[in-house]
Amino acid sequence: MNKFKDIKKIIIEKPLKLDCGQTINNFPLAYETYGKLNSEKNNAILIFHALTGDQFASGTNPITKKDGWWSYALGPGKAIDTEKYFVIAANVIGGCMGSFGPSDINPNTKKPYGTNFPVITINDMVNAQYNLLEYFKIEKLFSVIGGSMGGMQVLQFVSNFPNKALTAIPIACTASHSAQNIALNELGRQSIMADGNWQEGFYQEQNKQPDKGLAVARMAAHITYLSKVGLQEKFGRKLQERDDLKFSFDADFQIESYLRYQGSVFVDRFDANSYLYITRAMDYFDLTKKFGGNLSKAFEKSHTKFFIISFTSDWLYPTSENRDIVIALNAIGKNVGFVEISSDKGHDSFLLDVPDFLNTVKNFLNTSYENIK
Amino acid sequence: MKKEFYNIAKLVIENSKILDVGCGNGELMKYINENISKDIRGIELSKSNVQKCVEKGLTVIEGDAEKDLKQFPDNSFDYVILSQTLQAFLDPENVLNELLRIGKKAIVSIPNFGHWKVRLHLLFKGTMPVTENLPNEWYNTPNLHMCTIKDFENYCRHRNIKINLKNLKFHNFFSELGIFVLEK
Repeated sequence: MNKFKDIKKIIIEKPLKLDCGQTINNFPLAYETYGKLNSEKNNAILIFHALTGDQFASGTNPITKKDGWWSYALGPGKAIDTEKYFVIAANVIGGCMGSFGPSDINPNTKKPYGTNFPVITINDMVNAQYNLLEYFKIEKLFSVIGGSMGGMQVLQFVSNFPNKALTAIPIACTASHSAQNIALNELGRQSIMADGNWQEGFYQEQNKQPDKGLAVARMAAHITYLSKVGLQEKFGRKLQERDDLKFSFDADFQIESYLRYQGSVFVDRFDANSYLYITRAMDYFDLTKKFGGNLSKAFEKSHTKFFIISFTSDWLYPTSENRDIVIALNAIGKNVGFVEISSDKGHDSFLLDVPDFLNTVKNFLNTSYENIK
Repeated sequence: MKKEFYNIAKLVIENSKILDVGCGNGELMKYINENISKDIRGIELSKSNVQKCVEKGLTVIEGDAEKDLKQFPDNSFDYVILSQTLQAFLDPENVLNELLRIGKKAIVSIPNFGHWKVRLHLLFKGTMPVTENLPNEWYNTPNLHMCTIKDFENYCRHRNIKINLKNLKFHNFFSELGIFVLEK
């Protein structure tokens, strides 16, 4: 825990009733901020991270020493311009970057929670982060933004707090996690659980790490973030530092080597149990069902202006699922824009340098901000 | 901006709720947004045009009017605008019905195939007319259902669609373009 001692966090004292039935209180929520809150307090943006993200969206992550996950989109002069806006990003509960998660010590047992940690949902994550508005005394956010699981949190936030965000940008997401996505998440979870070091989730107290299982989970997931065309263009059948096939199971191909590398660096920064808990939260997400099969009802009370973005080559959260959200909003006459960005970078497009995407976000935010001034 | 757009913009009332179907690069939306009503949004099929709308800071929904108008509830807009696209739809009758369902009023403009230049072209040259408003050849034109102002008026009469002609002068022979304000 010591590695997190210098990062910002609030302790949420008041009880939070989780969807699973348990109530938690006095738990930490780690966050980071970018830019300055203006005196009218009308320039605040809350951004939500995806499965393996954290609060360090921009600049250098002080723990991993890597660039923040949204460095292309967030920063001075960028799409989400921190010279204009005050951006808050929190680590979700269940995560492993300082917020309340399965590697925290259970005060009753003095041991890490492991799989005794309560199962959390997207709703729980959003409700926990809502406390940041009170902490910063922000009456209304200028925007809530997020991609992938972050986009699900955007939808949940507007549904839970219909008048707390002026604008919302859900990116490459869905209102209801698909069977394919549940299947892919289950593949990752089973990979972790099949690692002997996992120890039913109590690996920390035995000083073990299910690194192999977690690495395979990451490798499988990483493929789903890319597209066939993108993979073919980047790697094709190129060989890894060799002139010919070696007739062995070494990484002959560059794509193999690349995936192995992605797996190996991931285990250094991510906790296996957090991976289980957060993927579970995504699988449980079904805003449509929560409103009796009518997604429009989720947004009925809201005056939030939406802008929804999808990507042509994203097969994980395809345009059709994003469009369902647009349809639900149009069906009740809400203000919504929608763009499908051309990109061969797959689901990961929202994290990468995709100029049409970044310009879209920038233009929508700037125009909306002009209108409130 | 095209003269047609000024004429269309004159027909909408201040601060009304407007949908521009097939909004193109957003030129008309931008003008209305800046001068008449902020409550305007568009639907556009072409990705490059959608980006141009976004660059102008306009609210645009990327989509296909033939499929996507059905998601809007009845009477959800004061005006629905359709500028010179009706003839390009596979099923213009359906699109027109949808416009009149979701809009209290529909403003529809059509290139007039009955214009004297078009008539003369066909009469003397014997080939499909190519004019300023109809710049394509027969083999690459997006216009599937060309009609004349008179055809359109007849259509509306048979369907009991009310044409509000107040601000408009229609001449089937002399107008290259017909602009109609329609009501159910």
